[in-house]
Order: sequence, then C-alpha cells, then structure tokens
Amino acid sequence: MKKSKIEQIIHQDIILKQALSDPRVTRRDFLAFTGAMGMTATMGGALWSNRALAATPKRGGHMVSGLNDANTGDSLDCGLFNATYMICISRAFRDSLVNVGQDNSMEPALAESWEASPDAKVWRFNIRQGVEFHNGKSLTTDDVVASINKHRGEDSTSYAKGVFSGISDVRVDGNTVVVELADGNADAPALFTDYHFNIMPSKDGVAESLSSAGTGPYLLKEYNPGVKTVLERNPNTWHPDGGALADSHEVLAILDDTARQSALISGSVDVINRPALKGIARLKNVKGVNIVDVASNLAFTHPMRMDVTPFDNMDFRTALKLSTPRQEFIDKVLFGYGAIGNDQPLGPGFGSYDADLNVEYDLDKAKHHLKKSGHEGVTIDLSASNTSYGGAMDAAQLFQQHWAKIGVNTNIIQEPQDGYWNNVWNVKPFCTCYWGARPVEDMILSIAYLSSSPWNDTVIKNDRVDELVVAARGELDAAKRKAMYQEVQHIISKEGGTIIPAFGTDVAATRDTVGVGDQIGGGWEMDGGHYLKRWWKA
Amino acid sequence: MNRILLMILQRFGLGLLTLFVVSIIIFVGVEFLPGDIAEALLGQGASPENVAALRHELGLDRPAHIRYIDWWAGVLQGDLGTSLANRRDIAELITFRLSNTLFLALTAAAISVPLAILFGILAALYRNSAYDRSVNVITLGAVSAPEFLTAYVLILYFSVKLGWFPSLSNIDQDTSFIDKLHQVALPAITLMGVILAYMMRMVRASIINLLASAYIEMAHLKGMPKFRVIVKHALPNAWAPIANIIAISLAYLVVGVVVVEVVFIYPGLGQLMVDSVSNRDIPVVQACSMIFAGTYILLNLTADIVSICTNPRLLHPK
Repeated sequence: MKKSKIEQIIHQDIILKQALSDPRVTRRDFLAFTGAMGMTATMGGALWSNRALAATPKRGGHMVSGLNDANTGDSLDCGLFNATYMICISRAFRDSLVNVGQDNSMEPALAESWEASPDAKVWRFNIRQGVEFHNGKSLTTDDVVASINKHRGEDSTSYAKGVFSGISDVRVDGNTVVVELADGNADAPALFTDYHFNIMPSKDGVAESLSSAGTGPYLLKEYNPGVKTVLERNPNTWHPDGGALADSHEVLAILDDTARQSALISGSVDVINRPALKGIARLKNVKGVNIVDVASNLAFTHPMRMDVTPFDNMDFRTALKLSTPRQEFIDKVLFGYGAIGNDQPLGPGFGSYDADLNVEYDLDKAKHHLKKSGHEGVTIDLSASNTSYGGAMDAAQLFQQHWAKIGVNTNIIQEPQDGYWNNVWNVKPFCTCYWGARPVEDMILSIAYLSSSPWNDTVIKNDRVDELVVAARGELDAAKRKAMYQEVQHIISKEGGTIIPAFGTDVAATRDTVGVGDQIGGGWEMDGGHYLKRWWKA
Repeated sequence: MNRILLMILQRFGLGLLTLFVVSIIIFVGVEFLPGDIAEALLGQGASPENVAALRHELGLDRPAHIRYIDWWAGVLQGDLGTSLANRRDIAELITFRLSNTLFLALTAAAISVPLAILFGILAALYRNSAYDRSVNVITLGAVSAPEFLTAYVLILYFSVKLGWFPSLSNIDQDTSFIDKLHQVALPAITLMGVILAYMMRMVRASIINLLASAYIEMAHLKGMPKFRVIVKHALPNAWAPIANIIAISLAYLVVGVVVVEVVFIYPGLGQLMVDSVSNRDIPVVQACSMIFAGTYILLNLTADIVSICTNPRLLHPK
C-alpha cells in the first residue's frame, strides 16, 4: 500500500470516528455523511450497527487479555506501581476510596460519600460498612488510614509520596476518615483515585501491601509476575450489581508488539493494549478486530533545562517552539493518534483546557527570535530514546530537519534504554520524555512545574505560576479556577522550557467478542485501568 | 575405570570453583552497572528520599562485600533468598521457569539431535549429491535467518492462517503433557532451525574426515555396505566431536533462547534474567547465572566423559 493511501485511510478514519463520537450525529446524518465520503450505505450502516450492538453490556464469560507494560519484577505493592499491567490487576481485585467514572466524574467506591470544610482543608470520607476483604477480614477505618499512611511520612517508599505530601493529618471519627490538608484543595477526592492508592488490609496500623486480599469484584486466583494473572468473580462483593461483567479473566503479559498483535488476530486473546501504531492501518482491516481509542492527557514532552545555555534564553526557546512541526509529528510519529499540543502540560481532557491557545508553525518569526537570542548557527544536543515514548527517535530526526531550516543544528544522541530515567532525564539539558495523564490539573502542575517541584525537569521558576497553582488548588469557584489554570497554560506555553507537540491517544484493540461501553474513561489507558470490570464478553 | 571416576571428581571440583568465580564476576558486574534496584524500580519517579527509603528497606545501604557474603551464607543453607523487586521467594520463582526452560530445551533437542545425526550420516553417505547440497542449503538458510523472523513466519502460517498451533505458549503448573507439547511446538521448531545446521554439519564433517582413514578403506574392501561402514565403523570414532557440539547446542537451548521466549511469550528463565538485570535485582541475577553457568559446566563435563569413554586413548594423556 502506498504511503498516501495509508494516510488517506487514517484521515478518513479519524473523520469517521469524530462523526461517531459526536452525540449530535444521528443515524441519518451519519449515513448521509458516509455516502458523501464515497462509502456505500451498507458499509456505513455496518459501522454504525457494530457500535450499537456492542453497547449492550452482558454478564458472564471468560475474557483473555494480552497487556504489555509488565515485568517479571512486578509486585503487588501498589506504592511501586508505574505500569499498566499491575494498575489494571490491582483495580480489579482491590478498590479505592473514589473512582474516576467513565464520564470522568468522581464516583464513590469504598467511600460512600464525602464532604469538605468551606476552605477545602478538611475532608470527611464516610467509609462503606459491611465490606469484607477476600480473606474474610472486615474493612475498618483503620485499614483506610493505614492505606493512606503507606504513601506518607519519611519512611514511605511509595511512588505517590509527592501526591500525598499535601496531607497533614489523617484520623478516624466513627465510620468516617478525616483527612486534613496543609492547604485547601478543591480536588482532594481526586487524590484518592490515584492508581497507587488502593485499600489494603492492615495489621497494627501497617498496610499489608503484598497481600492478595482486596475488596474488589474479583478474587486474585493466580498471580505470576510478568507472566499471567487469573481473576475470578468474588461472590461476596459489596458492589450491588457485582461490580464487574465478565465472570473470570486471564491477563497475559505480552511485551512483544508483534506477538500481542498475532495473539489478537489468531483469537488467542480477546483484547490487547497498545497495538503498534505503525501497522494499525492494516490491523484495522483484519476481520473481527476493532480499534478502541480515547483521547488522553498523556503529553509528549521535550524538556529543556532552563538553567543551561542556550535554553536559558526565552527567545531561543520560542524559536524552537515556532519551528516545531506539530501536525507532521502527529501524522508521522503518532500515525494520526494524537491531538495538537501547545507546549504546556494540560491536555484537552481537562475542563480548563484552552483550545484557543495555539503555537503556530512560523519559520520567519522563529528566525526573528533566534536572531534576537544571539544563538544563530548554534549546535544543540538532543538526548533521545524510544524508552521515553515509542517513536522518539523518529521525532528527534523530524525536529532536527525543521530546526535546521532556521539555522539550529541538532546533534541527536541515542541514549540507552537502561537507566534512561536516572542518567538522562532530568540530567541532560534537552531530552525526549513523556508525562502520563493525571486526573486533575493540580497533580501535574505541582509535580513538575512549580519552582519547588520534585521533578521540575525544565527548572522552571516562575513566581506567577507558583502563586496561581497554589491559589487554584484552594479555589472552590469553578469559573475562577478555570481562569487561573488557563493563565498558567498561557504562561508555560509562552515562557516554559518544554516543547509539547502533541497529546497522546490511548489505543487498544479488541476482537468482536468484547463489548466496550459508549464512553471510555480517561486518566490512564484501558478505561482508566478499570477495563477488566467495565468491558464485557459479548 | 577408576581413572574416569577420578577425572569426573576433578572436573566437578573445577566446576564448583568456576561457579564461585562466576558468582563474583556477576556480582561485581551488576554492582558496576549505573543505578541500583531502588532507582530502577522507582523509574521516572525516583526522588532522593524515596530511593534512600527503599534502599534501606531492601538492605542495600550495607557494603557490597557484606551483601555478597550474606548471599553465600544463604545459598550454602539452600536459601536463594527473595527477589528484591517483588519480595517473592527466588526458589519458587525459578522452579516454575526452570522447568519450562528445560521442557522446551529437551523437546527441541529430542527433535533436533536424532534428525541432525540422521541427516549428517546421510549427507556423508551421499556426499556432494543433490541431497547433500539441498539439506545443507536448507539448514544453513534456517540458521542464518534470525530466530524472531523464523518465529514470526511460523506464527503467521501455522497459527494465524492455519490455526494449528497457538501463537502463545500459555503454560502453567496444571497444563497436561500433551497440551504442553502442542503449546511448545512452534518454539521448538524455531529452535530446531537454529541448532540443526551446526550439529548436522559437524556429524557430516567428522564422518567424512574418518572416511579417509585406512581402516574404513579396509571395511570397504571387505565388501561391507556403505551405510554399515558408516554406522559401525565411522560413527563410533566420531562421537567425541559430535558429543561436544550437542552439548554446546543444548547449553544454548537452556541459556540463549530469550528471543524465542519473548516472541512466543514462553515463561522461561531468559526473560526473568533480562528483567532482573535491568531491575538490578542482584539475588535473582545471581541465581539465574548460577543455573546457566552450572548448565554449561555439566554439559561440557558430560561431553568430555562421552569423548573419553568412546576414545580410551584420551585417558592417557602424554
């Protein structure tokens, strides 16, 4: 197939998908639309009916999935989670206090309800009663407190320590767990949707992180890290409707892209995550295979350390930003699966996202800024590795060509996968990187864009951003918060040290044997990590 | 006979010494790699306090030689320790994977070794014939193609198109023997492609080498049929090099099949070793490398014993 043909297919597909996901489109509009695109009525009709058929959830059956992002060193310790496989497993056999629903709203889970003090500093979570862990132990408020404290304090080894650092005190009041924050935070419930935060049984105030006993709708029957996991329905669940659709699951770790894809095509598995985008135009044409994609706030970032020359010069940074080909990045590196980015980390999935903020591609302006910076003809090093995101090496070459047009020479250094996050990222002056989606704006901003942030990979020190982020955190008036976050977006886009050409799309592929709801939750791939409970065997 | 026993004991002792040296090299090697398990596990999210806390929890803040001695103390008591990455018992982690690795290796060997010997003998017998040429071209072609290519082609035809064999080796403790054979068919055939050519050509070469000897000529002159000459007279003297190449191929089957494991999602030791190295999970790396080194040592020892038993002259070195 010629390249132009593939591009055409991708383009057509994206338009179709937009039409399908637009709630305003009726069946009649849709058929008229596909007719206009030169597709026959039956083709269009088939697309539509597949969608409608799949939308009737069904209980029962056994689902087999193949996920990558697993490791033989994986552990049940949720404080150490950083990959999709364990996140999905843990979300199936454990529960959180709060869940992100498929419509991205906050849904009660083990917390039946919650209320905040007017200054959003004190939050009271009412814990569900009569819930039992899989080992028969009853859920108590002590378990909840221990599960929170696992991520706090000096001895904590949790990856989410930063997320929970704003909590100053946790205490029990009857059936309620009271959480006190150092500063007000209107989004506090969202902290408890974090995938590191699962409720575990506790003993003497310490959470048993390695215990296979959770409260979730599935029992962990077999767990072999980096190989496979077997889940079976928990007959004694607190969920009124069972909390899950399929009766049992087998989740295989399949790291190899081709192996995952052939397992899906041959029917050995019902669903896979992250099909290789390079071959997706062909995979889509395989009979019985469907592509499931959902826009994500995952950002492809290229942090420049703003304390290193020439990146300390704002004109120089602007020149690079203006000469970065964004649409081409999406077409060639992401194969169409992405949304244009504007050099700030808050993606289109956030309510506060300012769609009018664009960074144009303008070589004349870029040259003007480069001249002003005094760095014409400079050579910069870009450390890149496909570990940072798939296609990062291709992206580096693409940027190299475009930056050369304004007179910036780029020396691409291919860094080893091993130790990338220790020896390259946050160390080298300019590198390729990604930031996974976070459920609320504050999480990503406080972790990487405040002058005090632990992982400030661009060394940004902007008083106004610092002030706005803290103020927005405690602001309960939604309109005011939105305005604050938009101002932050504008400042970082203009002055910040990162180039974000695009936001990602989470892509999965299923066979016809799997049903997926109309809406797919964000926050993380695979329906926010909840797909084992939410998708069904048709 | 006593000499053989003595030699075996001697070799065994040397093997143990080699294992000891390997353990030091591996330990020092992993220590020299940049970063440690605390940093590797925490990845992009590693903050100095997290790393320090995790190091303390795992006992990594102790000096390296103390950790090494501790490890030996455990091993001598039969305790391989627990994985630093997921705190699981290493013996338990390894038993399942080792048995899978051995099962795959033995299946592949059970197909390849007899075939290699048979093809090799026939190739020597019909030297420079169309058969000889084609079997050489085919097996050399198979060994030249990278394993993953062979594997993908097999998957494409036998599992995606024909559906005869699964593309995934979904094996666990409860899988029955017949089922297991069905599951490892494609990986075993892939491995056969890799090792068949070496063994076959070694059998062919050693036999052809011998066919020039005077005693073979004598056998021909006696009027013995060609095939009998080869099997009765040439082969027994060719066992030494053949045993060596078989031992090396078997060792490869145990140690070097990580690519095949990855493509077929076969839960063997290779993937565990690779993941453990990148995680800097020293106890698991040590345990795996001891097994791998032990495999090499044992197989080489076996090959030497076979050589000596089939050629008693070797017992009396000058």
